[in-house]
Amino acid sequence: METPYKKRTPKRRKWESFPGRNKFYCNGRLMMAKQTGVFYLTLVLILVTCGLFFTFDCPFLALELTPVIPVIGGVLFMFVLGTLLRTSFSDPGVLPRATSDEAADLERQIDVANGSTGYRPPPRTKEVVINGQTVKLKYCFTCKIFRPPRASHCSLCDNCVERFDHHCPWVGNCVGRRNYRFFYMFILSLSFLTIFIFSFVITHIILRSHRSGFLKALKDSPASVLEVVVCFFSVWSIVGLSGFHTYLISSNQTTNEDIKGSWSSKRGKDNYNPYSHGNIFTNCCAALCGPLPPSLIDRRGFIQSGTPQLAPPTNGISMYGATQSQQSHMCDQDQCIQSTKFVLQAAATPLLQQQSSDPVILTASTENGGPLPGRTSLNLGGPCTSLPLGQPTPPTSTPSLSCHEASDMLPIHGHSHVHNHGHTLQEPMAHHHFLTPEEVPSPPGMLPCGSPMGHSHTMQAGFYNPASQDSLHEDSVRGLVKLSSV
Amino acid sequence: MATEFHNLQELRHSASLANKVFIQRDYSEGTTCRFQTKFPSELESRIERKLFEDTVKTLNNYYTEAEKIGGQSYLEGCLACSTAYLIFLCMETRYEKVLKKISKYIQEQNEKIFAPRGLLITDPIERGMRVIEISIYEDRGSSGSSSGSSSVSGSTAR
Repeated sequence: METPYKKRTPKRRKWESFPGRNKFYCNGRLMMAKQTGVFYLTLVLILVTCGLFFTFDCPFLALELTPVIPVIGGVLFMFVLGTLLRTSFSDPGVLPRATSDEAADLERQIDVANGSTGYRPPPRTKEVVINGQTVKLKYCFTCKIFRPPRASHCSLCDNCVERFDHHCPWVGNCVGRRNYRFFYMFILSLSFLTIFIFSFVITHIILRSHRSGFLKALKDSPASVLEVVVCFFSVWSIVGLSGFHTYLISSNQTTNEDIKGSWSSKRGKDNYNPYSHGNIFTNCCAALCGPLPPSLIDRRGFIQSGTPQLAPPTNGISMYGATQSQQSHMCDQDQCIQSTKFVLQAAATPLLQQQSSDPVILTASTENGGPLPGRTSLNLGGPCTSLPLGQPTPPTSTPSLSCHEASDMLPIHGHSHVHNHGHTLQEPMAHHHFLTPEEVPSPPGMLPCGSPMGHSHTMQAGFYNPASQDSLHEDSVRGLVKLSSV
Repeated sequence: MATEFHNLQELRHSASLANKVFIQRDYSEGTTCRFQTKFPSELESRIERKLFEDTVKTLNNYYTEAEKIGGQSYLEGCLACSTAYLIFLCMETRYEKVLKKISKYIQEQNEKIFAPRGLLITDPIERGMRVIEISIYEDRGSSGSSSGSSSVSGSTAR
């Protein structure tokens, strides 16, 4: 019973206690991933290039050719910026975590189904038949739910996202069901903008050279050189990416599914995509003009005192054994130290050495062929190329290490690289395939401070030994990834 | 609203939360929102099977309507795109309109059918569209073990 003198605590909004690793702005109206450095780079590149174009090239072109050029450029620029911001700031389709009642109910059902062995429980999956195809639904240990088909857990944001495509560092957010169309329109319009600027800057230089010679033309408008360089390198990757996503949309697949080859006919004669509507036109319309579902996480709602508590993550985290007791009070420094520890521990293993040697051998061979243009080039500045691997599935998690590392130095382009890595690294990693660390979103060091980990101590004993060796490798991989991105 | 609150108040005062049943999603038709119509055994003594199935089927129909890909949704999508999605500052999407209808329907069902039987449905949108949560209440006097208190009852009062 409330006493009349009880101090009334201000009502908090739900985004303030959101369990995922997201950042919120404008009092919960905007949400982004935790690492946003690359997003600012994207913004700067676009703004600077367009700024230079409008300042130095447009006056000349408007006079010499037609004033329509700056107008079209302006429209394209606004569209690009609009779709970029919309992609970056919107909720990609995050699935809220299960309440403790739901989680308990599910656990009970799973125990009944398994006939509790008491030792290490098997990976939790449920099979469902969709349009004649058998699809496995996986249990997410962090969110305590069976993931809907096509959903996936993003390790960087620590959320399950519906129709997860990939995590894109260039837009600083995951790309999922709710913002895929904005993402696609962003890369499409950016392709047009890049080609537009590139061609008109070249035209500008050519027209000037007719008058006063090539070198003098370059001296008169030095900004054009910078623009040409940026556009030249961007065109290949962005146009290629647009082409790739056009293919994905027309066949109604996600980047995730395409990389894993989930619906590839190579897996079996009867393997087909159960989500496809049958023809390209319907698939495109459904993806781009279909209904936009509302956000399932009520960011700006107020936390009611009677709302059900969320179930904290348990099983998956427990496989990291010894560091559990420290997890609940870790801060960023400790996370860094923890990650380093894991890296050092794993440094003796041949696995890490093998991985670290891989990134530099990026070849442009299309091992798996595929009818896609622009998949094989090795270029700078490719948005979203290496990060379909951002989510922690075992076959792709090691490529994510090498690609992620490489991306700091040399952003790679082309999913053929992924296939290469996937295949070369699959043998040593084969024994990791069926481990549920794929459910675990992050190494222990990366958990947010103050997360309610207390009760996870109890889960320690059961899962430690058989998984520890594998999980150590997994940890070291993740630790290295996290370190490289710090 | 006043009548409904009165019912919920009664429920809260004279009954306590005994159990919760969760109706899971049915993914056999893909990723569209559907709930399983299988009748849970815990509700066998509380409500007629047909009433329960009708409720779930109606909800499923509403969700299918919300996610329908057809002429109207294309029009809305194209219009929104051409106005750079600013049009959603003034108008609601079709999905949101249907969600409001669903919420009204659930309130109605709770008042007329479920609360008199000591049950309460929670709108799936409050559970991230994962489950339909049905809370089972027992009379405080009669039940031996009662768990929790008013944790769920306030949620459908919107």
